[in-house]
Amino acid sequence: MAAPVRIFLLVLLLLGPGGWGRAEPPRDSLREELVITPLPSGDVAATFQFRTRWDSELQREGGTDHSFLRYAVLPREVVCTENLTPWKKLLPCSSKAGLSVLLKADRLFHTSYHSQAVHIRPVCRNARCTSVSWELRQTLSVVFDAFVTGQGKKDWSLFRMFSRTLTEPCPLASESRVYVDVTSYGQDNETLEVYPPPLTTYQDVILGTRKTYAVYDLLDAAVVSNSRSLNIQLKWKRPPENEAPPVPFLYAQRYVSGYGLQSGQLSTLLYNTHPYRAFPVLLLDTVPWYLRLYVHTLTITSKGKENKPSYIHYQPAQDRMQPHLLEMLIQLPASSITKVSIQFERALLKWTEYTPDPNHGFYVSPSVLSALVPSVVAAKPGDWEESPLFNSLFPVSDSSSYFVRLYTEPLLVSLPTPDFSMPYNVVCLTCTVVAVCYGSFYNLLTRTFQIEEPRKGGLVKRLANLIRRARGVPPL
Amino acid sequence: MGLLSDPVRRRALARLVLRLNAPLCVLSYVAGIAWFLALAFPPLTQRTYMSENAMGSTMVEEQFAGGDRARSLARDFAAHRRKSGALPVAWLERTMRSVGLEVYTQSFSRKLPFPDETHERYMVSGINVYGILRHLAASTESLVLTVPCGPDSTNSQAVGLMLALAAHFRGQIYWAKDIIFLVTEHDLLGTEAWLEAYHDVNITGMQSSPLQGRAGAIQAAVALELSSDVVTSLDVAVEGLNGQLPNLDLLNLFQTFCQKGGLLCTLQGKLQPQDWTSIDGPLQSVQTLLLMVLQQASGRPHGAHGLFLRYRVEALTLRGINSFRQYKYDLVAVGKALEGMFRKLNHLLERLHQSFFFYLLPALSRFVSIGLYMPAAGFLLLVLGLKALELWMQLHEAGVGPEEAGENPPHPLTQGVGLASLVAPLLVSQAMGLALYILPVLGQHVATQHFPVAEAEAVVLTLLAIYAAGLALPHNTHRVVSTQAPDRGWMALKLVALIYLALQLACITLTNFSLGFLLAASMVPAAAITKPSGPRALYAALLVLTSPAATLLGSLFLWRELQEAPLSLTEGWQLFLATLAQGVLEHHTYGALLFPLLALGLYPCWLLFWNVLFWK
Repeated sequence: MAAPVRIFLLVLLLLGPGGWGRAEPPRDSLREELVITPLPSGDVAATFQFRTRWDSELQREGGTDHSFLRYAVLPREVVCTENLTPWKKLLPCSSKAGLSVLLKADRLFHTSYHSQAVHIRPVCRNARCTSVSWELRQTLSVVFDAFVTGQGKKDWSLFRMFSRTLTEPCPLASESRVYVDVTSYGQDNETLEVYPPPLTTYQDVILGTRKTYAVYDLLDAAVVSNSRSLNIQLKWKRPPENEAPPVPFLYAQRYVSGYGLQSGQLSTLLYNTHPYRAFPVLLLDTVPWYLRLYVHTLTITSKGKENKPSYIHYQPAQDRMQPHLLEMLIQLPASSITKVSIQFERALLKWTEYTPDPNHGFYVSPSVLSALVPSVVAAKPGDWEESPLFNSLFPVSDSSSYFVRLYTEPLLVSLPTPDFSMPYNVVCLTCTVVAVCYGSFYNLLTRTFQIEEPRKGGLVKRLANLIRRARGVPPL
Repeated sequence: MGLLSDPVRRRALARLVLRLNAPLCVLSYVAGIAWFLALAFPPLTQRTYMSENAMGSTMVEEQFAGGDRARSLARDFAAHRRKSGALPVAWLERTMRSVGLEVYTQSFSRKLPFPDETHERYMVSGINVYGILRHLAASTESLVLTVPCGPDSTNSQAVGLMLALAAHFRGQIYWAKDIIFLVTEHDLLGTEAWLEAYHDVNITGMQSSPLQGRAGAIQAAVALELSSDVVTSLDVAVEGLNGQLPNLDLLNLFQTFCQKGGLLCTLQGKLQPQDWTSIDGPLQSVQTLLLMVLQQASGRPHGAHGLFLRYRVEALTLRGINSFRQYKYDLVAVGKALEGMFRKLNHLLERLHQSFFFYLLPALSRFVSIGLYMPAAGFLLLVLGLKALELWMQLHEAGVGPEEAGENPPHPLTQGVGLASLVAPLLVSQAMGLALYILPVLGQHVATQHFPVAEAEAVVLTLLAIYAAGLALPHNTHRVVSTQAPDRGWMALKLVALIYLALQLACITLTNFSLGFLLAASMVPAAAITKPSGPRALYAALLVLTSPAATLLGSLFLWRELQEAPLSLTEGWQLFLATLAQGVLEHHTYGALLFPLLALGLYPCWLLFWNVLFWK
C-alpha cells in the first residue's frame, strides 16, 4: 500500500539520449491541466500538472554515464504549506491566473491525500541528441475526502473543492485544460453527470483501464465566457454503494518486525493480485548504516516456496559514510503474496549523533518498486468475448502492460537511546563507583590477612633487649 | 578500605558483625518493612506532574457529542452478538467501513495447554476486527484504541463508544498519527494474537493469519471496558504483564482529563483520599498501595493494555464502573475524556519517555519513585547479606582471635568448605524445580487416565503433589557424601542458599519491585534463622508458612481483605487452586514469568533451606 503523502527529493539526472521529444519542442511553452477523478467512495482526486520547457546551451556527447546517476531520499519530510508556496512561485502565472488560482493552501491541506512533485529532465531536440531542452514538470495530487469535507455528500463542484472557480487561462499558457473522469462504472447508463456539459470528450487507456474524460479547454472562449467563470459540478445520478475500492494488481506493504532494541527484521510484502499473470518487479532498498543488515538472512518467499531473484545487487554500508543499497529483480507469481525479509541489528550511535528528538525513532526510507504491470483492460475476461477475435491473435503490446513505480511507506525504527537526562548521569556515576568498590571488596573477601610479628625491632629495642638479657629479664 | 585491610581493625569489625548480627538483622528487617509502609505518607509520596511538554502545555477542546449514536451502535452490536453467538464480524466490518475506516480482519486459533476452567475454554479460535483511520502523512506512527470482547465481558457499550468516537475522529483533520480501532475476540487471547501478528513474531505458539494492514510504530494504546450505558466512576489499571508499568505520563494524562471532565476516577477501585493531614488519608493510601503491590506482583496483565507493554507501547485500561453512587455519567463524558487523551497523544513528537517507568501509586495523583522505594527492599536483602557474612566468617574462623584459634587447632578439613557435600542437595532441589515446571502440564493425560479428575484439576493437583514431595525428598543426601564436620556442612549449604536467594530477590526486585518485596518480606526471616539445631518444629512451621506457595495463599487472602470482600477458608482454597491453574496457563498463553520464576528459581532455593533444617 503506497502511503498517502510524502516528499521525495528524487534527483534523477539521466543524462543521455532519451526517447522523448523527437520533434523540436516549442521554447518556454507552458501546458497546464487539471484531471478530476471522482472515486466511487465519494472521494474526489484532483491532479494538477504544469509543464514548461526551455532550451539550454548544454552540449553533450552521446552515451549514458551511470556515474551521474544519483538517488537520495528524505523520508522524514512532512508536506505543509511552506512546501507549497515556493512550489507555486515556480509557475509562470504564480497563482494569479489559469488553473493555479485553485491552489489555495487551506483547501489543499484539508484533504486525505497530498502529493507534490517537481520533475526536471533533459529532452533531446534532435535524433542525435546534440542539443537539449530542459523540461520542468510540476505535479500536485490531492484527494478530497467525502468524510472530512463533504459531510457525507458525494456531489462536488470546483467551488466546493477549492473555494474558487476558474475565470481565465494563464496568458502564457499554450494549453490549459480541465479533464473530468466520466467513465461509467459497471452499467451502460451514465452514473455521473457533469455540468456544464462538456464540448468534447476524450478516451484513452490510463494505467491499464479504459477511461472517458470530459474536456474543458480554457483557451476556448466558449467555455469560460458563458458565465464569466467556470464552476464544474459533478453529480452522481445513482450514488454508488459503499463498496470496497478495486484492488490494484500490484501493491506493497513494508514494516519492521520484532520487538526490543537489539535486533529486528525488515519485511516487505509484495502483492500480485492478477489472476493468471506473473510479472517481474525491481525492488530498490536503501537502508541507513545504523541498521546493520545481515544479508545471509535475506529470504524471499512466494506461496510458501523460496523465490530466487534473477538479479541481486548489494552494496554494503560504510559507517557514517554510505547506506546499504539492495536491488533485486523478483518474479511475482500470479495471485500471490511475496515476502522479502532481512534481519538487522541496531547499531549504537555516538552520543553526538543522535537527533534532537532521539526517542522519536529513526526513519528508514521507503522501498521503491518498479514494474510493468499487466493492464486491467487485457485482464477482463468479458472484454475478450466482446472484442474481435483478431485482438487476441495480435495482442497490442502497448496496452497489455503499463509501467508503474510504487513507494512503500517509510519506517520508523527506534534505536537504543541513552536517557539524556540527570538520572542517566547518576546511573553512570553509580556504576563507576560500584566498579571501583568491587575490586577492593573482592580483594578483601578473597585474601586472608595475617599479622606478621616483627622479628627484630629498631636499634633502641635491640639495645634494650641486650641490656635486658644481660640483666636476665625476658626481652621485649 | 584501610579499615578492612588492617587486620586488627578488621578483626574488631568482624567481631562486631558477629556479636551484633542478630540485632542488626532484626533492625534491618524492621526498617525495611517500616520504610515500605512509610511510602504511603506524604514526605515519601510526591504529587504527580506531567513531564512531557508536548502533552502538558497545549489545550484541546473536546467536541465529542455522539452519545446517542454510541448507545444505538452498542444496542445493535449486542443484538447481533446475541444472534450470532460470537463476535459479529460482518456487522463490525460494515459499520467500520461506513464510518470511513480501512477495515481488516485477522483470524487466530490457539489450543491451550489444558482447559481453562475459569473462562471455560480450551480450543480457542476467533476473529479480530480492526479499522485504521489514516491521516494525511505517511503511516509511520499510530495510536490504538482497543476493546477486548470475551465470553464473560460483553463490552458492547465500549464497542459502541469506540465506533462513535471513530466516526467523530474521522471528520477531523488534525490527526498526525494513524488511529487503529481494534475489537478483539476472546479478550486477551485475541489481543495477544493481534499484537504478535502486528509485530510479526510468534512467542506463545499462537496460530494466526498475517495482518493485511499496518500503521507503523504504535506509540500508545488505550483499552476500554464498559458494560453499561452510564457509569459512576472510571477505574484505571496500569499493571501489565510481568509487572511492567506504562510511562507515568500516560496516567497523568488520564488524570488531567478526569479532573477536566469532572469524572470520578479511581485506582484499584479506591477513591483518592482527600485529607492528607489526618491519619485516614494515608491509611487509605496504604491500602491502595498494598493492592497495587499485590496486583503488580502477580505479574498478570490486568486488562488488555498489559500485553502492549512488552512491545514498548505505553498503554492503560479504563474500566467503567456502575455502582450505587448517586451521580452518574453517560457515554459522552467518557467519550470526551478519551477524545482529549487521543488528541494530546496525537501531539506527541517522541515516544513517551520523559516520566517514570518504575513507580508505585498510593493514590491516583501521588506516586513513589524508584529511588524512594528501593531502600525498603534493600533493607530486607541486607538481612540475607549480614547472615551470609556471619556464616562466611564462622566458616573461615575469621572472627576468631588468635588466642582462641590457638586453643582449638584447626581441623584439616575446616579450611576447605566441603563443596562436594553441596552438590547433591543443589542438584536434587533444582531437579525438583524442573519437575515442578515441566511435569504438571506434560503428565496431565497420564493423570486423567489413572485418576478421576479433569485435566485442569490434574495439573493443579500434580503441581501440589510435586511441591509437597519436594519437602520429603532431598534431606538425606549429605550423609552419603560427607561424614566429617557436619556443622560445616549445613553452614556451607546455608551460605550458598542465602547468597542464591539474595541474588534472585535482588534481580526480581530490579524488574518487578512488588514481587521482589513481597517474596523478600515473607522468605527472609525464615531463611535467616533456619538452622538444624534449636526448636526445629517451630522453624519448620515458619519455613512452611513462608514458602512461595504459602505466600501466594496469604497474598490472596490479603488481596480480598483489602478489596473488602474477605474470603472464607474454603473459598480461599478454591481461589488458590484456580490461581495456580491460571498462573500456569498465563505462562503458556502470554509468557508470564511468575510460574517459571517460582518453579525454577525460588522453590529450589527454598528447598535448600528446608534441607538445612533437616541436616542431621
